[in-house]
Amino acid sequence: MNEPFMPDRPPPAPDSQPIGRTVGAAPRTPGRALEKVNSAPDLARRHQAETSRGRLLLAAIGFCGLFAAVGAQLVRATVLEPALPRPRPVVRLPSPTETAVIRARILDRNGETLAASLPGFSLTADPEAIGSEANATRVADLLRTVYPDMNREALIARLSPHKVPGSEEAARFVYIRHDVTPQEHQRVINAGTFGIEFRNTERRIYPQGRSAVHVLGQVIDLENRGVAGAELTFDRQLRIERQPLRLSLDIRVQLALRDAVSRAIADYSGIGGAGVLLDINTGEVLGMVSLPDYDGNDPMGARFCGPEHEARNRVSNRCERYNRVINGVYEPGSTFKLLTAAMALEYGTANLNSSFDASRNITIGRFTIKDFRGQGRWLSFPEVLQHSSNLGAAHMAMSAGATRQREFLGRLGMLSSLAVELPGSRRPMAPAPSAWKEVSTMTIGYGQGIAVTPLHVVTAISALANGGTLRQPTIVAQPAGETRPGVRVISERNSDIMRRLMRLVVTDGSGKSAEVAGFFVGGKTGTAQKAGPHGRYMEGKRIAAFVGAFPMNAPRYAVYVMVDEPNPNATSHGFATAGWVAAPAARDVISRVAPVLGLVPEIDRAAQIQQTIAISIPPARPGNATRPAAAAQPATPPGQAAPARPASMAPLPPPSVIRRTATETPVRMVAAPEVPVAAR
Amino acid sequence: MPVSRTDTSVLGRWWWTVDRFSLYALVLLMVLGYVAMMAVAPMAARRQGIDPSIFIGKQVVFLLAAAALMVAISLLERKRVQLLALVGCAVAFIATALALKFGPEINGAHRWLRIAGQQLQPSEFLKPCFAVTTALLLAEGNRRAALAAGSSRFATLKPRLVWYGAALAMLGAIALVLKSQPDIGMLIVIVAVFFAQIFVAGIHWLIVAMMGGLGILGGIGIYFTMPHFRDRFDRWLHGTSTPGGRDNFQVDRAAEAFGHGGLLGTGPGEGTVKNSLPDPHTDFIFAVTGEEFGLVLCLLILAVFCFVVVRGLLKLLAEQDQVVVLATTGLLAQFGLQAFINMASSLQLIPAKGMTLPFISYGGSSALAIALGMGMLLALTRRRISRSEATE
Repeated sequence: MNEPFMPDRPPPAPDSQPIGRTVGAAPRTPGRALEKVNSAPDLARRHQAETSRGRLLLAAIGFCGLFAAVGAQLVRATVLEPALPRPRPVVRLPSPTETAVIRARILDRNGETLAASLPGFSLTADPEAIGSEANATRVADLLRTVYPDMNREALIARLSPHKVPGSEEAARFVYIRHDVTPQEHQRVINAGTFGIEFRNTERRIYPQGRSAVHVLGQVIDLENRGVAGAELTFDRQLRIERQPLRLSLDIRVQLALRDAVSRAIADYSGIGGAGVLLDINTGEVLGMVSLPDYDGNDPMGARFCGPEHEARNRVSNRCERYNRVINGVYEPGSTFKLLTAAMALEYGTANLNSSFDASRNITIGRFTIKDFRGQGRWLSFPEVLQHSSNLGAAHMAMSAGATRQREFLGRLGMLSSLAVELPGSRRPMAPAPSAWKEVSTMTIGYGQGIAVTPLHVVTAISALANGGTLRQPTIVAQPAGETRPGVRVISERNSDIMRRLMRLVVTDGSGKSAEVAGFFVGGKTGTAQKAGPHGRYMEGKRIAAFVGAFPMNAPRYAVYVMVDEPNPNATSHGFATAGWVAAPAARDVISRVAPVLGLVPEIDRAAQIQQTIAISIPPARPGNATRPAAAAQPATPPGQAAPARPASMAPLPPPSVIRRTATETPVRMVAAPEVPVAAR
Repeated sequence: MPVSRTDTSVLGRWWWTVDRFSLYALVLLMVLGYVAMMAVAPMAARRQGIDPSIFIGKQVVFLLAAAALMVAISLLERKRVQLLALVGCAVAFIATALALKFGPEINGAHRWLRIAGQQLQPSEFLKPCFAVTTALLLAEGNRRAALAAGSSRFATLKPRLVWYGAALAMLGAIALVLKSQPDIGMLIVIVAVFFAQIFVAGIHWLIVAMMGGLGILGGIGIYFTMPHFRDRFDRWLHGTSTPGGRDNFQVDRAAEAFGHGGLLGTGPGEGTVKNSLPDPHTDFIFAVTGEEFGLVLCLLILAVFCFVVVRGLLKLLAEQDQVVVLATTGLLAQFGLQAFINMASSLQLIPAKGMTLPFISYGGSSALAIALGMGMLLALTRRRISRSEATE
């Protein structure tokens, strides 16, 4: 190898020096093994070669290291810790996988579908792909062969390349049309458009139409996002977790309730109404109706809701999207007398043997409190409710006083918004503690001067009738057999008295037309005057309501029916009060709903059962008047039965005569009332 | 290939003297590159607005031309290779400078020249030619230094200063042009290759340390003077995205592509992440390969690169000729570094740097330039029947 083979040269002489090697010069490339080190350049060259070899080895090791690092990272990235493709943050383009998500259904308590989503198409375009206004014009004309109703100029503007408003970015995505049917989808494709894309979207369907529309709320289909009602409250569960929502509503109850309220409104030409049916023991809402309502499948069709109706809405709340049950606050009127009675019993400031002076009007400053159709005599405790005496209720309220009244109403939740799972639950309007004067105590005693939502009223009445436990209402179905937490507001014994009093109002008082044979309805009517925009009560504008429970011997359900601004009709003898308007509507509801809910009318044993829930009416004696509650008088803690008070030895009053008043007694305040609630 | 050992034709002698294992490895890389190209062609073609079959066809032509160029250059004698490198270095440098002045601006840089309807990046060809030229200069310096051994200290130092200095001056000129284009990736590779060569040439450890320090300082300087480099570095440093900054889109997609591929890959055409990868056919082709063919094929590609580079370097241990040692070191370092930067960028080992994967990435300039370098490599490492022939 070392001996070069050079065919084009003469063979060297045997004794000659190797070719290329001259004396004194370094040999050019000797084989390593045979290298002779005999000169400084040789040494230097050898040193250089050794250095290079060491460095080459280092370089090779270095590259091994680099490639090993790549290999290790490769194994990590592919097998050990693979990064999974994650959904990209959506800037403007919703990806198909995201829009294809089907929002979960909403069911009633029995599994009936109240809301469901259907897949569909929406038509979108990429203006950058279309490229020019000329192209946009062509595409617009092609689209208009399928949709002749679309505005040509607006369409061209949308399709032409443009910047995203407020930014320098070119728009790559515009919606053209929503709710595209499969036929239209095909026709657009056949039209030969370009730059047009279809996205899978979904459409929210409400099979029950108008029924329960206020509870269910609304979804913006384009964004698949709940914006009202349960759709908003439970948006995360429905949209992200995709868990169906089972409401406490029973669609059969809902339909009956809507029918009854609707008929009452029609009969008395009201502008609206509301109805609630509550499970008295669990607080579950089985039905919640607000009228007028709208078709859930056409939310844009809801009337009287625009800003142009605002001024009118302030007076009448005609907007069809408005849920009176939780978004409306109304003066409860005489229905609140039940609360006043419960308060007086609970604090022991009055008892069933107490009597109240309803013979004289009360005048405080500029105000005069009257009974509309007063008995003109002293009334016993039950008679105050039976005749719905404002004067009696005012005295009853005064027996407890402002502090305890505020405390009791606070415990009943009448001063704060409800915890129901619906957006916009309104806070009641009540006087500030400093403004809660004597006159406020009196008027609130019969339900004026405070404004609460209908759901507040029925929730409170449930607590009074169910044994004394207040539970926040819920619209979500509760597991069977589970006891929801509640707050005791009155004692069992006082609750029993309240049931009897409520029953008395229906058997012998203003709520007579709410009776349904065999279901032992109990309750209270209430007709309240409506305050106008300037805080003054409006002549002839009332709220007529009935709140009650059934069956009174073992209460299961609480019911509330209200008609907004009823007008007298031919059969009501010129009255448009709750006894005429709301009580019959409640009867309709109960007679239809009770069998549906599995209650059997107790016709045969009616007399015996009535015995157990009747109340004896003691004679009213003027000397037994309750004294106004002194601030120093210790309050009996709620939840404890008030000690019975000994009857005084006052002379006997005339025997009490049960007069069946067919009408309710709206309050008239003679002077312009400065009711704190009035500004609405 | 049935070639007789006694075949003394040009091709016959070539076949028996060329480093056949390296040749096999390089051809295997080209085949793998063709496979990878199939995975990206439909999408990359659509993005460029051309037919996928034309896209594939172009790459096939490029690869065939590259293979032919590589073989043709490996046939050259050593002297011719050296001459080619010197001439190529001059021509490519001028062309690179022209690109800076006359080239079209693409992505904010002037790197390309339009020649006969084809875009050409002259700096790609400058790279291997400059490596060989550097080797010649360094080897000459070493040779003269050795000759002067024994005389004064200055006499042995002087040739080194002169010849190394000449190489350094050339590097400086090239660096200036590349920085102006700007093409920092190319600049880094060329500087790194130069450093590898003077390292193997036996430069003093002290200078090695100084150069390392200078490299770090230079890196810091680039970080503070070039915003887009800084942005890339920050995004690499901070992982997925900088606070308030841009999303670390590219490397996140790349990581997802590897993750999606797993051990065996999704299968040809089944990849989905690749559709959202930027530059899937060049800078991120390794990630596309990872998604569709999995860890197995990626490791194979890596192994082939490692084989060519490490085996090439180790073979040089038995090489006496300094020119061959240094030139081969330069060419292998360039080849290996480019592969490393591309793969490591995809894997987020280093800040993302646009670099083609030799023979795998799409592109004519890249494939032909690599073929030029590897052709020179094969030519220089051919077993010489006569050592003296090589030294005369």
